[in-house]
Amino acid sequence: MAFSDLFARLRKDEDDADAGADSPAQPTKALARFLAGLGTRPQPVLLDLGPVVGSNVTFFGEEVGCKILVEDLSKDIDRHVHQAKVDALPAFFDTRFPQESDTIDGILCWDIFDYLERAAAERLARQLTRMLRPDGVLLAFFSTADPRSAIRPTYTRHVVIDRAHLQYRPYKAARAKQRPLLNRDIQRLLEPLRITENVLLKTNLREVLFRKPAAASVAPSAAPQAGR
Amino acid sequence: MWKRDEAVKPTTGPSILPTGPAVQSQPSSTSASSAEARQQIGRDVVNIGKSVVIKGELNGSEDLTIEGQVEGKIELKDHVLTIGANGKIKAHVFAKSLIVLGEVNGNVTASEKVEIRDGGSVDGDIVSPRVAIAEGAHFRGSVDMQRKSGQQAPGQQPRPATQPAPPAQTAVQIAQPVAR
Repeated sequence: MAFSDLFARLRKDEDDADAGADSPAQPTKALARFLAGLGTRPQPVLLDLGPVVGSNVTFFGEEVGCKILVEDLSKDIDRHVHQAKVDALPAFFDTRFPQESDTIDGILCWDIFDYLERAAAERLARQLTRMLRPDGVLLAFFSTADPRSAIRPTYTRHVVIDRAHLQYRPYKAARAKQRPLLNRDIQRLLEPLRITENVLLKTNLREVLFRKPAAASVAPSAAPQAGR
Repeated sequence: MWKRDEAVKPTTGPSILPTGPAVQSQPSSTSASSAEARQQIGRDVVNIGKSVVIKGELNGSEDLTIEGQVEGKIELKDHVLTIGANGKIKAHVFAKSLIVLGEVNGNVTASEKVEIRDGGSVDGDIVSPRVAIAEGAHFRGSVDMQRKSGQQAPGQQPRPATQPAPPAQTAVQIAQPVAR
C-alpha cells in the first residue's frame, strides 16, 4: 500500500469519527411513549432534526407508518460555525422551517438543544412549538454532564434499534455542547408544551417528552417571522 | 473527430428518446444517435453518458442509467432508474425503482423502492413503499412510505424542487461531442 493511501485512510478515519457502528444499544424510556403519542393518528407527520439515518427512516416509515421530514440542524450549526456566523443562528431559525403551524404530529429533537446558546435555543423552540399540532409530542435529550470534559466535539447520530433501545454513534462536530440546561430552563424553553416524561438515564442523559396541550395553539404573533 | 459512443451510449433500445415536438441539438449527432438507438432494440439497459445534457421530459420503457444531466421530468414507471455517480438530476422522477449514486434535486415517486447509496444525494420529497438510505448518503426532504405512488395527500403540496421545462420545449443537448 502506498503511503498516500495509508495517510488518506488515516485522515478519513479521523474525519469521520463515526466509530459507533458497533457501540452497544442504550436503553431509552421515552421513545416508546413518544411512539405511543404518535400512534393515535392514521399517518402521523414526523419531523426529525437529526442527521438522516436510513434504518430510522425504515423504522418510522414502515413500522410506525409515519411520513418523515428530515431537517438536519447539525449541518446548519456547522455551516454557521465555519462561516463565523453563530450569532446569526437565532434569526436563522426564525425562517428555517417552511412548515405551516399545527401540522406536525411529532418532533424528534434528539440532543440538538445542547449545541445551542440560549437565544438560538429559544428561537428554535418557538418554531417547534408553532409547528407542533395540538396533542402532538416532542422528544428531546439534554445532557447533564459538563461539556468541557469532551476532548473533541461530536454530534450523536441516534439510531433506533427498537422501541426501547437506541444506539449512539458519535461523529465530528464543529461545535461543542454548550452549558447544560437546568430542569426549570428546559421546562420554560418549550412552553406552552407540557412535560409528560422526564427520565434521567445512567448515561447522564435526560430524556424529556413534551406534549402540546390541545388548546395551546400558538398565537399568530409567533408564526414564522420571515423577513424580520 | 468525436466518438459517438461517448455521447449517448445506447447499449439498448430506443426508449430514451425525448418526447415533445421540438428537439434542438446538433442535427447530425442526435439523428445519428437515435438511429443507432433504434437499431439496438433488444438489450435491456440504456446508459446516458456523462457528457449528455437533457432538458425536458424523458420517458422510457426499459431500465436506464444516467451519468449525465437531466432537467425536467423523468418517467420510467415500470423500470429501474439508476443515477450514476456522475449523474445530476433536476427533475421530478417517476420510476418503479430508483437507485441514486449521484445527485437528485426534485421529488421522487417510486412504486417499489428508492435506494440512496453512499455518496448519493437527494434533495426533495420521496414517495415510495420502501426507502433505503445508506450511511454517507445525503438526504433532505420528506419520506412518505404509506401512500401508493402518484397519490398526493389532501392539503400537502410537493416541495417545489425544480421547475421542469415544458414538454413542448424539449431539447436534447449533446454537450461534449460536437463536431466542429
